[in-house]
Order: sequence, then C-alpha cells, then structure tokens
Amino acid sequence: MSLSINIWDRDAECLPREELRQLQLKNLKNTLSLVAAKVPCYQAKFKESGFQPGDLKSLADLSHLPFTTKDDLRVNYPYGMFAVPMRKVVRIHSSSGTTGKPTVVGYTKEDIRTWTELVARFMTAAGVTQEDIVHIAFGYGLFTGAFGLHYGSEAIGASVIPISGGNTDKQLMIMQDYRSSALVCTPSYGLTLADRMEKQGMDPRSLALRVGLFGAEPWSEQMRVELEQRLGIIATDNYGLSEIMGPGVAGECLYKQGMHLAEDHFLAEIIDPDTGAVLPEGSVGELVLTSLTKQAFPMIRYRTRDITRLDYKTCECGRTLARMEKTRGRTDDMLIIKGVNVFPTQIEEVLFQIEGCEPHYQLIVERENNMDSLEVQVEVNEHIFFDEMKQQRQFVVQAEKRLATVLGVSAKVKLVEPQTIKRHEGKAIRVIDRRNQ
Amino acid sequence: MKVEQISIFIENKSGRLAEVTGILGETGINIRALSLADTSDFGILRLIVDDSKKALKVLREQRFTVSITDVIGIEVPDSPGGLTTILQILDQNNVNVEYMYAFAERSGNNAIIIFRFDNIDEAISALSSHGVKILPSERITSI
Repeated sequence: MSLSINIWDRDAECLPREELRQLQLKNLKNTLSLVAAKVPCYQAKFKESGFQPGDLKSLADLSHLPFTTKDDLRVNYPYGMFAVPMRKVVRIHSSSGTTGKPTVVGYTKEDIRTWTELVARFMTAAGVTQEDIVHIAFGYGLFTGAFGLHYGSEAIGASVIPISGGNTDKQLMIMQDYRSSALVCTPSYGLTLADRMEKQGMDPRSLALRVGLFGAEPWSEQMRVELEQRLGIIATDNYGLSEIMGPGVAGECLYKQGMHLAEDHFLAEIIDPDTGAVLPEGSVGELVLTSLTKQAFPMIRYRTRDITRLDYKTCECGRTLARMEKTRGRTDDMLIIKGVNVFPTQIEEVLFQIEGCEPHYQLIVERENNMDSLEVQVEVNEHIFFDEMKQQRQFVVQAEKRLATVLGVSAKVKLVEPQTIKRHEGKAIRVIDRRNQ
Repeated sequence: MKVEQISIFIENKSGRLAEVTGILGETGINIRALSLADTSDFGILRLIVDDSKKALKVLREQRFTVSITDVIGIEVPDSPGGLTTILQILDQNNVNVEYMYAFAERSGNNAIIIFRFDNIDEAISALSSHGVKILPSERITSI
C-alpha cells in the first residue's frame, strides 16, 4: 500500500532512534532538575526514593522514581504542581478528577507552542493540509480538545470553523454551506452526525468532507469502519490527556497502524499496573508518561491508567516514533461518557453530600442512537425516602442537578428498591457499561 | 386523633403491589385505606392498616423501605360542598394539605377523608375550633 505521505516535522518525527534516546536523556535531566527545584511534590518524591536528578545516567534509571497519580494532582489542587510562577502561565485547562475537585493544568507560551506543533504533526499525519476547512465540533472550554485542534489547524494553515459542540442541525448546515472538509469530534458524535444526515436525506458524499480526526474517547475498529463508510471519509484516531498536554500526545498516520507518540516530548513506559514494574518492549500494560519539555506543568512518570502496547518498529510512513495501539481499557474505574471523564467515586460523593449517608448505587451506561447516556440507579433507604411525592421528586431533581454540575455530563437518577442492585461477594457492582454489547 | 399511616417505596414494575398486599395478607394484617402516588419509575404506596407496628416490622423484614407518617381522618358529610367547608377552614388558618385521599364507610352516609398536612397540630386545632369532627384513630383502623 502506498499513500501520499506528508510529514509536518520530518527532523523530529523521523529522527533515528539512537539520536532520539540521546535527546530524551538530555531533556529528562533538565525536567528532573526543574521539578526538583520548583515543585514540592517532586522534592518529596526524590527524598522518598533517595534518587536525585544527578543520579540519572540512562533513561532506564527513571524507574527509580515513584509514579505520579491523579491523587497527587488532587492533593496539590489547584496550582501546587506548577513549576513556574503564575505570571509565566498563559492558559489554564482542567478535567474531571476522581473526586469532587477537577484536575488543573497550566501552560506557558512555550508550552502552547509545543502543543500547537504536536497537534499540527498528527493532523498532518491524518492528511490535513492548508487546503482544508476544519470543522471543530469539540466543546470549547476548560476541556483541552477543541483548543488543541484549533491551534494545530491554524499552524498548518487550514481554515478553522470553531463551531463547538451541540446543535446537530446547525452543524450539518454549516458543514454543507461552508464546505467543511475535515471533521474533529468524538467518534460517537461522528455517528450522531451520520444518523442525522440519514434522517434529513443528506448524502455525505455530496459534502466536501474527506477526513475525520476522532478522539477524546476510546473507540473500536468496527466504529472506524462505520464512520468511514457512513460519512465517506478517512477516520483516524488520536490520543491525549490534559495532565500530559491534551491532544497531540499521539496520533495515527494514514497507515492506521497505531498512533505515533511524540517521544521527543514525552517518554513512555509500559508497566504492570499491579506491581509497577516496567515491562519489556512490546508488552501490553499501563502507559506511564513523563514530559520532557514542558515548563508550566511537568509530569514525572504519570500513570495514565490506559492499557495499551507500543510498537517501536519504523512505520511504513517513515516515522521512527513509536506507535501506540488503541487503548484497550483502564486500570481504574474511570468511564468516558460523551468524551467526559467520569469516576464512580464522584457520584458517590454527590450522593453522600445530599443525604449524608452512603447509598448503594450503580451506573448504567448505554449508547442509544450513538449518544451515550448515563443512568444512576440509587437504592432507596429510609434516609432518602419521603412520604410526600413532592419531596421524593425533589430529591431526584436535586441529585440530577448536582451530578450534572460535578460530572459535567447529564445523568438520569432512578430510585430503585433496596437489594435490587446486584452484589458480587458482598460488593455492589458499580458500573454496567452496555455500550459495546 | 392522629392515625399512623405506613408509606412504602415501590418500583413501578408489575407485581410489586401484589407482593406488598400479599405479605400483609399472610401476616393477617387488614388494609383499611390505601392510596398510591406514582411516577413512571416509582410509586409511594400509603396504607392504613389495623396493626401498623406489625406491618412495619414484616415489610422491613422483607427489605421494603417503609416510613410512618401521622395523618388524620375526617368524616365529611356526603352532600354537595361538604369538603369545601373543611378546605376553607384550613386555608384560612394557613395550613397546607400535602395530600389527601377518600374512601367510603361500609355503612353510613359519610365519606372519610385522610389528610396529610404540613403542620398537623395546627390543622387539628383549626378544624376542632370550627367544630369539624376528627375521627379517633380506632374508628379508622377498625373500619
């Protein structure tokens, strides 16, 4: 198979691996010195491990340092992990945390430049050029997705339509009238658009649409086939997380043989999630990332909780950067609903706040007409049972409101009778995800 | 004067109501009055029975979520405007009716209405001072 291949930054993306390793080592040393000087959380980690930045002789030595987890970010909320003073920070983004508080990340001007470059790389790899009109249907806001793709598109010289999320009919009108050629959204929203086109009798092949860059939630190969066939496009995957940078951490080229990881900016390890041991090349395990060039929010051995595998063979496209397989799942119980990270513990906390007791609950996630829906079933107990319907309804409405605020995604609350939620060895089963059934 | 009413949470699915009445029947508890408020997902079943303590115990044993509420029963003359007089008294005294349900006596010309108020004591004093007869608890539980 021969495809027309464009490479945004050939020097970086096709760097011989030995040179890449030298670059990584140099930048890793700099990053370790930076955090050892500026970030108390890392100072404590160096102390705990007895390992100092000066002890680093090879990339493998990194394994002497402890991991950084979402919990560290929670404890240091909001700015405790920043390595530069706020006057150097030009942007704040955030994502949902494991409990009530979100995760806050910051960028310096230089960080934004790096981010822009890395997004331009994977967008170019996916076939986007300055001729394209990029339709960005990610929500603009604290979420990193929209801004990342926005910067990358502008860097390439493409025309950006920052339409943001929602209002599907308007999306279609603009897509048709403005001749959008590249679509950026979650894969599930891509299917929603396809459904709506079908309903309206709009032929996707009559549109200018030719590529789709889908991210922010995991999706299967079957979904790729469906998106490509129904929208008449080439569909590529990309990966990122706000703690590391946002989109741009990794992205597919047109060969679709895994997502090229920006290894010159992020050092990747694959670990055994149970023991924390670094696994040999080619193993399936949890992805751990260390930022090598970030200024405002450096991350050392951040546990992404995503399960994947890395392939270090040079790709047919010529890039030497390792390719990351589509994520196979999570090592924690995080769910991604409509592109939003949701942790069952957040729901527990909301329910606890409302009634001061810990009710039994279960999350049912379904996908109807390609839209995710979340239902929270709560077992009624005497603390949350009211003899008056008005109060009982009010409890449900209040819980739904609070959940929407905390989770950033709407949830339907359904009260069920005691003992109806199935328990496994005494423990309630918290999540039923029916989306891939 | 106050009557103990049992409220039970039931999911809106077939057979649940029959299960509650079945449990009560097997235990020899007689239902005197009943009302059901429901939504598409769940309902609140309110019952007045001849032995509320026992009913509460057996239903809790069967893992139902149950609560006890005080209500009152009033005999309303079975004639046009009979209920209006009572509601006007309550309104004048700023007592709110949370909900009410009616049933007929086995023999007699009066209807009995069960009321749940936001402030039951104020309701009782307002009604009593206007000469409205509030039924003694035994009258209702042994209808």
